[in-house]
Amino acid sequence: METAICIIAGLMIIGALYAIHAKDLLSAVIACGIVGYGLVICFLLLKAPDLAIVQIVVETITLIIMVAVVLDSSREEHFVKPDGKGYMSMAAAVVMTAVLLYFFILAVGMLDPFGSGSLRMASQYINGAVELTGSVNLVTGVVFDFRGYDTLGEATILVTAVLGVITILRLKGRK
Amino acid sequence: MTAYILCFILFLVGLYGVITRRNLVKIAISLSVMELSTFLLFALIGYADGGVAPIVDPSNPAKVYVDPMPQALVLTAIVIGLATTAMLMATIIRLYRKYGTFDIREIKNLKG
Repeated sequence: METAICIIAGLMIIGALYAIHAKDLLSAVIACGIVGYGLVICFLLLKAPDLAIVQIVVETITLIIMVAVVLDSSREEHFVKPDGKGYMSMAAAVVMTAVLLYFFILAVGMLDPFGSGSLRMASQYINGAVELTGSVNLVTGVVFDFRGYDTLGEATILVTAVLGVITILRLKGRK
Repeated sequence: MTAYILCFILFLVGLYGVITRRNLVKIAISLSVMELSTFLLFALIGYADGGVAPIVDPSNPAKVYVDPMPQALVLTAIVIGLATTAMLMATIIRLYRKYGTFDIREIKNLKG
């Protein structure tokens, strides 16, 4: 199981690298789709069908939005060589990566090894969840019943984002 | 363990894109790559060997389930990610209409 996930994660990394380095913005956006749809397969392998369904819909909508933006433009990216300031930023990035790596090692050391799945976070939610919520799907039970206010906040964020998009796209720009 | 490391590398690829690219669309793509790597990490944490998807079969309930808690959190985060991406792309398309370029070096008003 872990081998299959590692292969797909490697493909996602290659897709992400191509998306970052592609000359044509349209191929960059399509290569970004490799990452999203690879993640769908990972979710299916990790036994998360709800996430796979949501992710495939969201990825398609994201791709449509990005393609609509890119097709409206000149689609080219101009590359320039980094000047002295660029190398300074690179040094800062290396330091930041080292810090991230340190905290990643620290965090993974505290996690269970892959696949041991102790359920220590969710045991309270799972015990009698079917009787309490009436939903045989435990994810639905957690999202809409135990963490209902979380979902309400999510809906609020969605409404705010839609209002923001409408506001941004409707305003006439100042010259 | 290898899966966690590859997940971290994917996050670093996104970070590299955000830092080095000068194109607004490329930056948006890199941000979404970072976001997706975080979702993958959460799904990996919840996985149990030999577990089944967290859907209870009432006739045969005694099985190992995958942890539903990280899945519920990621479900919320995916939808919020769509909202933020849509807002980002709306801002980018406004900037393109005003300045005629995606290049952040040529958009002077972005400099603080």
